[in-house]
Amino acid sequence: MTDVQPANKRRDDKVVIIGAGHNGLVCAAYLARAGREVVVLEAAAQPGGAAVTREFAPGFRVSACAHLLYLLDAQVSRDLALESHGLKMARSNLRTVALAADGGHIVHAGGKVESGPVSPADRAALADYHARLQRFARVMGKQHNRRPPRIGGGDRSDLLGAALLGLDIRLLGRDDMREFLRIAGINVYDVLEETFESPLLKGTLALDAVLGTNLGPRSNNSVLTLLHRMSGTAGGDYGAVALPAGGMGTVTAALAAAAQKSGATLRCSSPVARITLEGDRVSGVQLESGETIAAGTVVSNADPARTLLQLLGARHLETGFAERVRHIRSRGTAAKLHLALDGLPEFTGLDGALLGERLVIAPDPVYVEHAFDHSKYGTASPEPVLEIVMPSVHDRSFSPQGKHVLSAIVQYAPHDAGAGADARRGEFLERILGVLGKYSPGLRRQIVATELLLPADIEREFRITGGHWHHGELALDRFLMLRPVPGAAQYAMPLDGLYLCGAGCHPGGGVMGSAGGNAARAVLAAGSTA
Amino acid sequence: MKPEMNHKLHFRTAVYQTPFHPRTSALNVLNEWHRWKDYTTADAYFDETLEYAAIRNACAVFDLTPMTKHRITGPDALAFLNRLVTRDVAKIKPGRVGYCVWCDDNGQVIDDGTIFHLRPGDYRLCSQERQLDWLARSARGFDVSIVEDTHDVAALAFQGPTTCAVLKKMGLAGVEKLTPFGIGFFPFAGGELMVSRTGFTGDLGYELWIEPGRALALWDALFAAGADHGIRPMGTHALEVSRIEAGFVQAGVDFLPADAAVRIDRTRSPFELDLGRLVDFTKPVFTGRRALLEEQRRGSRYRLVKLDVEGNKLARSSYIYDRARNVVGTVTSAVWSPAAKTNIALASLKMPWGRPGDELWAEIYYQRELQWAKVMARCRVIEGAFFDPPRRRATPPADF
Repeated sequence: MTDVQPANKRRDDKVVIIGAGHNGLVCAAYLARAGREVVVLEAAAQPGGAAVTREFAPGFRVSACAHLLYLLDAQVSRDLALESHGLKMARSNLRTVALAADGGHIVHAGGKVESGPVSPADRAALADYHARLQRFARVMGKQHNRRPPRIGGGDRSDLLGAALLGLDIRLLGRDDMREFLRIAGINVYDVLEETFESPLLKGTLALDAVLGTNLGPRSNNSVLTLLHRMSGTAGGDYGAVALPAGGMGTVTAALAAAAQKSGATLRCSSPVARITLEGDRVSGVQLESGETIAAGTVVSNADPARTLLQLLGARHLETGFAERVRHIRSRGTAAKLHLALDGLPEFTGLDGALLGERLVIAPDPVYVEHAFDHSKYGTASPEPVLEIVMPSVHDRSFSPQGKHVLSAIVQYAPHDAGAGADARRGEFLERILGVLGKYSPGLRRQIVATELLLPADIEREFRITGGHWHHGELALDRFLMLRPVPGAAQYAMPLDGLYLCGAGCHPGGGVMGSAGGNAARAVLAAGSTA
Repeated sequence: MKPEMNHKLHFRTAVYQTPFHPRTSALNVLNEWHRWKDYTTADAYFDETLEYAAIRNACAVFDLTPMTKHRITGPDALAFLNRLVTRDVAKIKPGRVGYCVWCDDNGQVIDDGTIFHLRPGDYRLCSQERQLDWLARSARGFDVSIVEDTHDVAALAFQGPTTCAVLKKMGLAGVEKLTPFGIGFFPFAGGELMVSRTGFTGDLGYELWIEPGRALALWDALFAAGADHGIRPMGTHALEVSRIEAGFVQAGVDFLPADAAVRIDRTRSPFELDLGRLVDFTKPVFTGRRALLEEQRRGSRYRLVKLDVEGNKLARSSYIYDRARNVVGTVTSAVWSPAAKTNIALASLKMPWGRPGDELWAEIYYQRELQWAKVMARCRVIEGAFFDPPRRRATPPADF
């Protein structure tokens, strides 16, 4: 029998982080603060990944992918003193305006209906529903900074982790625990149907559950994704959303500043071509330029499929594991629409003072489900749903004087435009403008420039497989200890020296930073026992 | 490929016949058949004891065609195989054959088989079970072509002390130079006959590989040349006796293929099948490596042992007990060995049992005129093979 080769000695203390998205930067900051030599390699010309603010038309800027902040980890914010690095909110606790074509809009925030045609029963139901979901979301939020427990390993910290999760759920109390366990795996449509009367209110709440997912309101897991979306307090409270001053780029700029101040080196325009190996462990990376960078530890903020199947290669992984990674569902359905407008648009029946809020076009849950139906077959929704913000209302840095920017997440877009992408983009844009025209008849005439990023464009620009903003569907079978795949949920990959730190890991996507922090702790824990 | 195997109406053919069927069916005077991987296969032709005797004393022919075969080619063929199996395939040079196992990520054996390095970069993988699905999944990321060509290659196992003499008489010049696990190519009937010095009997023997159109010509030439050397057809029963004597494990008998297991403790690692010699940790990656490293660190759960069982009652499927009458394992294969002249068994025992000198007992139930009886038979752990004649390795083989 062949003797076991002793593991190669750690070549040095150096850590290479692939990708300067928010999680990569958080991970870099924590590792650098712990005294590790850290180099962050970013393919784009500026750090930030999918949380960047960039120009899309001369003089018009926009948060190019994510456009609202709600999940940013409070502990990360505190630890890295992000406020001192320039992070501040232009607006927290944005209201949601559920647009109605006839002008009967519903305005609500924090579970309270502020205006609109809503029955007293629905008003009471909303307050109750919101408060309950907040309690559930709080339990979810408590898991963000915990390493998901490994089941069956018998490790004491894993048993403790599992016990804490169980305890958090138990401490909800009998009724809440039962309700939590009842709804956590089911679809939001059923929950909304049993709770509310107003189609418009249900449609808007349904949209919250499916944003950024390849789910319709009637898909199972859509309560889970809703709770995930609500599980942070960065927007002001659980479930609230905020607009950072200067857009999402400010968040990652603050993270980059914090990482660099801690001693991490940031290299932009340095796309990584592959992860290099020496024997059975990672030895560093090779850039597309051909340059190689030696490092005993490589942490990837790229999504799991890109990291493991492209940068590393399935042949360096065991078959079963490579297959599990290949089966990560990452069909992005969210498109991003940017409109440069020559003035403030008017929406039928909407008080101009509300234009800076979060505007939602999802008139009823069946409409949302029908929009989703088409995505199942790879085609675009004839009547898409939209989440709209106009950052220029709050922050003059987004557009020239007197002009405005409309940023919208549009679902459901064709996930693979393939050949004829430009034609399909044009066709989808027409459909979106058609929908917008029903609520704002004059909008089209105000458009100076447009940009529509389909999932394929997002995949290309931000190097995210499938253009899926969670780096893989967030669902019960891809959650906690099952994320990104069973057996690799503790950030270390089954290849010595390789870690993941992105949204593909627990706790998932949204601009959080929790995965980056957890990954840094995993790297440090491994280093202390090596 | 035979048209009916490709055709959309293939399902109307429930059981295939091998290209040798016109000869095997004529010789099968017992008319005893079973289904082996969808081919009809002879259990025995005329007398399984005499067929076994031919293996050990003359030469015997076994229709090997149903054995699952794959042709593996392409720039990454070696890299693919090295990631698939636990041993180092780079050490199997062109013209050589290597026995191997492959595992799942948990280091549990999916199947065993042989890799034939036919010509540089051109491999044949034979497996006991159907493997195309696992091979296809394992091939992702490799530039490799995998074709299951079971139906396109007719094969005979030709085993026994007089085999080399018969092949020489058949005109295969230089066949005596083949060392164990060597491959040779010979012109035959206007085509090419591949001969490998391999087999499942632990004896001197060869396997003959030919395209189906020349199968009957091969059979006839072999039996003509072997007429004065005691050539006989043999069925699976005779082969099974020699297989157990040789100490070879069989998927589905001595271990459960990992991809067929539901209960996690039913599978076995290579170490647990006494195949640790096939695991090469100097390779940076192969499926199961991490788990097997961990197993080395923590220790294995089971051990496969060869047992010499007292008495003459077969310990088929017997429980094995320690001195204190605790169950410590089960017999997976058992047979009376005519060659070793003793009652033998392969058994899977819980660690640490199975050390030489351990006191072990087999609980054997047997029938005598429809009445069951039980005996506790003492077992002795055997190191090395039950039967391992020098002729198995001698090159050139002597003419018997």
